[in-house]
Amino acid sequence: MDELSLQQRTQRRRSRRRAERLSEIWLPILTLVVLLIAWQVVVWLGEPPVWLLPSPIAVTKTAIKWWPDLPFHTGVTLYETLAGFVASIAFGVPIAIVIVYSQFLQRTIYPILLALQSVPKIAVAPLLLMWVGHGELPKIIVVFLVCFFPVVVSTASGMQTVPTALLDLVRSLSANPVQVFLKIRLPNAMPFVFVGLKVAITLAVIGAVIGEFVGSNRGLGYLILISTQQFDTALAFTSIILLTVISIALYYAIEMIERFAIPWAPRQ
Amino acid sequence: MSSKIIASGLYKVYETQTGDDVVALENVNLTIGTNEFVTLVGPSGCGKSTFLKMIASLIEPSHGTLSLDGTPLDGPSRDVGIVFQDATLLPWRNVLDNVLLPVEILSLPKEDYRPRAMDLLRLVGLTGFEHRMPNELSGGMQQRTAICRALIHNPSILLMDEPFAALDAMTREELGLELMRIWEEEKKTIVFVTHSIPEAILLADRVVVMTPRPGKIAHVIEVDLPRPRTLAMEFSEKFKSYSDDVRALIYAGRHEEPSPRST
Repeated sequence: MDELSLQQRTQRRRSRRRAERLSEIWLPILTLVVLLIAWQVVVWLGEPPVWLLPSPIAVTKTAIKWWPDLPFHTGVTLYETLAGFVASIAFGVPIAIVIVYSQFLQRTIYPILLALQSVPKIAVAPLLLMWVGHGELPKIIVVFLVCFFPVVVSTASGMQTVPTALLDLVRSLSANPVQVFLKIRLPNAMPFVFVGLKVAITLAVIGAVIGEFVGSNRGLGYLILISTQQFDTALAFTSIILLTVISIALYYAIEMIERFAIPWAPRQ
Repeated sequence: MSSKIIASGLYKVYETQTGDDVVALENVNLTIGTNEFVTLVGPSGCGKSTFLKMIASLIEPSHGTLSLDGTPLDGPSRDVGIVFQDATLLPWRNVLDNVLLPVEILSLPKEDYRPRAMDLLRLVGLTGFEHRMPNELSGGMQQRTAICRALIHNPSILLMDEPFAALDAMTREELGLELMRIWEEEKKTIVFVTHSIPEAILLADRVVVMTPRPGKIAHVIEVDLPRPRTLAMEFSEKFKSYSDDVRALIYAGRHEEPSPRST
């Protein structure tokens, strides 16, 4: 094996790696484009009525027509999603801490949480409308209810899964409970918390739409509702696409925050 | 040599779920001298780790007393540093901040201990790695960091619970030699738990051989080999006779004795 062939092989390996990286980005995009074209072709060939299946081009046209109103409705849904999500963190994390530190509260609060989680949120939404009226608040509460459980469970399990040897180490130094919490348990829980947040954020968008379905006069869920009532399927598609975009964008936002906040955590 | 750790009549009895008593440690009497290097060797379940954790006040004896420097042990002592089988470094802290963890917990001035942390890291050959994160280090380097962490607050007693058991054979030998060098330089009383017979003999002034069910001290062997110790000593006749003695003590009372090769 002479040096030249070694060099050649390194080069070949490098270009293969570059090609792999390219395909990592382009392959999903290409798939999406192919699917869109296929959809368009199906509509052209099959000529279904537009209220049954609008073509991608028809959806785009509708999106352009509605363009001035879309930011407002998107903003409303985004606001409800984020407000409920943030509230679930604000309440969920402290409750998780309390559960970890008190067996009494664990035994009293946990069954309530489980029961609350088992209640279908869509069944509660009309009640919330009755109790707190119209506006954004009932939707925010639905989002909160949907996100709360994953946040609590993941935070609590993160605080509990500390290696025994590590707890022994700080115990041998007579660490006080505040030190154990701040220096060990809380940072140890962070990767788990982010797992819960990523699950919660995707559910949050669904929660907001459920809330809007039950009774609202704005938001993307509301748009879907009125557009399907008027057989404006293209507008429903537009709203659904926007909801998907919101959901994906929020998910990646959380992942970016995670990367920044806990750079030491193992990546999958 | 003055005595550093005195254990007299130590018992540990656990109650199982069915209500039976299990004796983990039976009548342990041992006096460890100041700056002595003592290894505890024996099979699993012989109570060697239990005894070590008692010195660290992590486990309370059921009967008997344990005293450090002539004072009966009453809760964790600042004069003790511990190294476990796993390095258990905090993954969110770099090497230097991991070493300084005990300083923070003991509420000592962190700035005062930074030079000592650097000195210790130099002693184990980790200069230049202060700002690396644990996941960037090899197993051996992680364990070296853990040793520095145990020594940072300058305790006079160093407790080591199978500290090299998770490392590969070569790293293990290397760290053993390094530990002896640290011990020469820092002068500590070291209690070292292992289930490797050669390791126990090579490191120790005295080897405490323990046997299981119930865990108790079978015998204490003085190792009369010159210091500094070298790996070559493992092939000497004297070393072999020590390890034959230890093996005989461990397997006494068992029906079949494994061949000497299977250590």
